[in-house]
Amino acid sequence: MTDITSLSLFELIKNIKEKKISSNEAAKSFVDRSQKSKKLNAYVTENFENCLKLSKEFDNKPNYDLKLPGIPIAVKDLFCTNEVRTTAGSNILNNFVPSYESTVTQNIWNEGGILLGKLNCDEFAMGSSNETSFFGNVQNPIAKDLVPGGSSGGSSSALAANLTPVTIGTDTGGSIRQPASFTGTVGLKPTYGSCSRYGIVAFASSLDQAGPMSKDVKDSSILLEVISSFDKKDSTSIDFKRNNYSSELTRNIKGIKIGIPKEYRVDGMPDEVENLWKKGIEYAKDCGAEIIDISLPHTSYALPTYYIVAPAEASSNLARYDGVKYGLRSSGESLIDMYEKTRSEGFGEEVKRRIMIGTYVLSSGYYDAYYLKAQKVRQLIKKDFDEAYNKVDAILTPSTPSSAFKIGEKSNDPVSMYLNDIFTVPVNLAGLPGISIPAGKDKNNYPLGLQIIGKPFDEQTVLNIAYSMEEKINYKNNITDWWME
Amino acid sequence: MVVCDIIFYHMTIDLKTVKHISKLARISLEEKKAEKLADDMNSIFEFIEKLNKLKTENVEPLTSIAETTLRFREDKITSDNIREKILKNSPEKNDDFFVVPKVVE
Repeated sequence: MTDITSLSLFELIKNIKEKKISSNEAAKSFVDRSQKSKKLNAYVTENFENCLKLSKEFDNKPNYDLKLPGIPIAVKDLFCTNEVRTTAGSNILNNFVPSYESTVTQNIWNEGGILLGKLNCDEFAMGSSNETSFFGNVQNPIAKDLVPGGSSGGSSSALAANLTPVTIGTDTGGSIRQPASFTGTVGLKPTYGSCSRYGIVAFASSLDQAGPMSKDVKDSSILLEVISSFDKKDSTSIDFKRNNYSSELTRNIKGIKIGIPKEYRVDGMPDEVENLWKKGIEYAKDCGAEIIDISLPHTSYALPTYYIVAPAEASSNLARYDGVKYGLRSSGESLIDMYEKTRSEGFGEEVKRRIMIGTYVLSSGYYDAYYLKAQKVRQLIKKDFDEAYNKVDAILTPSTPSSAFKIGEKSNDPVSMYLNDIFTVPVNLAGLPGISIPAGKDKNNYPLGLQIIGKPFDEQTVLNIAYSMEEKINYKNNITDWWME
Repeated sequence: MVVCDIIFYHMTIDLKTVKHISKLARISLEEKKAEKLADDMNSIFEFIEKLNKLKTENVEPLTSIAETTLRFREDKITSDNIREKILKNSPEKNDDFFVVPKVVE
């Protein structure tokens, strides 16, 4: 039979339910492949032994009614896992062992999932290439010395390399969709309020959202069904009726109206991306969708707005890292001296940069000019989408303005790094669901993705369009295992 | 409430400002790094100032995307006694307390 690690989640579940593969066999396969793939640097913390033990326990007392029966899953190291080290890719949390579990991961374990390990990410999820992690760069399995995207770069790398059947990431400005696009995988950012933020190391609280990353659309629908839940522990969790996303998944999208926003045709966008988008429009038409030109006039203001809102919220959220109760502590002569040295040594350059920007825009005399202004523009950006959704059911755009770049290529220029998120950031600002699906390759054979944006709480339509287009696109990653000796 | 729209112009963030901000953020900064940070912040703010072009006098700020009123919960303990687990993460070990440098003379 085919290699277990190359199966989709759906196929793996089916095989386990039909007792063709045991949970322990699955765990062994993923552990073995992960151990041979250390050069990718996808893991920060391995939970291999425990995973093998728990998979045996599952096999001794199997419950095939669960949605993820005995499935090993590695998760982004931004989710707090009880008794398992959680670093957020930062030196300041290098030795932090949570005494509680994030709701999203708890939902996965409740349905039979087993923790395989914690995956590398940009420090506090601040980055678009995984280069800001204290634990080093992550390799993209597509080609050597190529970034896997970020911030969920360990997640996208592990997924594309078949080290985990599915994974979860978090997305504040594109951190699920951009790495999915860079690795030829699927990544879904749900509507703000769908998946609980409880136990996720906070970056920008009004934007952060967890979501599934998978090899195909169906797998994302299965995982979304598990992780999306109303949670009293998150004050912004929303109590709405969630679909059975996987069983309601359909390729029939006849008559669905898809908008094409002209403002996403940005200066300097490579022809390859432009052509991919045009091809995507044709695919959507082939699927039975009606294409409608729309306008989102404030699109070009989204990135500047984001770079006020996100650092402002980050500077408040990261104020808690003071070296007192947990995490790194540097010695200082006084309490203040201890704080300043701890934070200077504990945070990396990008995190410090964003804390400084955030502190500046919130500081006395500047609040109205920056933060309040940004919140007003955020309103205009959201209104653009509200108006567009009077005419269309969903919106189709490229996921990123380019394919994956080389490690080191953009790390010295923060603004050019930020431009990576130009198509994904507006979706977070408006709190909408968005998915990236692989749709083609560039001249180097690197993957390119298309993004489908939906109405609030309408993940089902987003998934259905993606599922339908996926069949027409018929994308295949070509992974050569170059990192193995 | 009338909120005035303040037009802001790009002001160069100088070394003095960077040092002031780093004090507020409680991050100690070496002189050399402060200069690099000032450069980075200036290029980022140059990019941010694009927002000046937009008139927003009559726009309500969007503070939360989730249009819910904050829920209250009962003031009740819901977790087990995890005192020891919490103290285990403490950077300076002591059986009963968190320890910090001396704050009173």
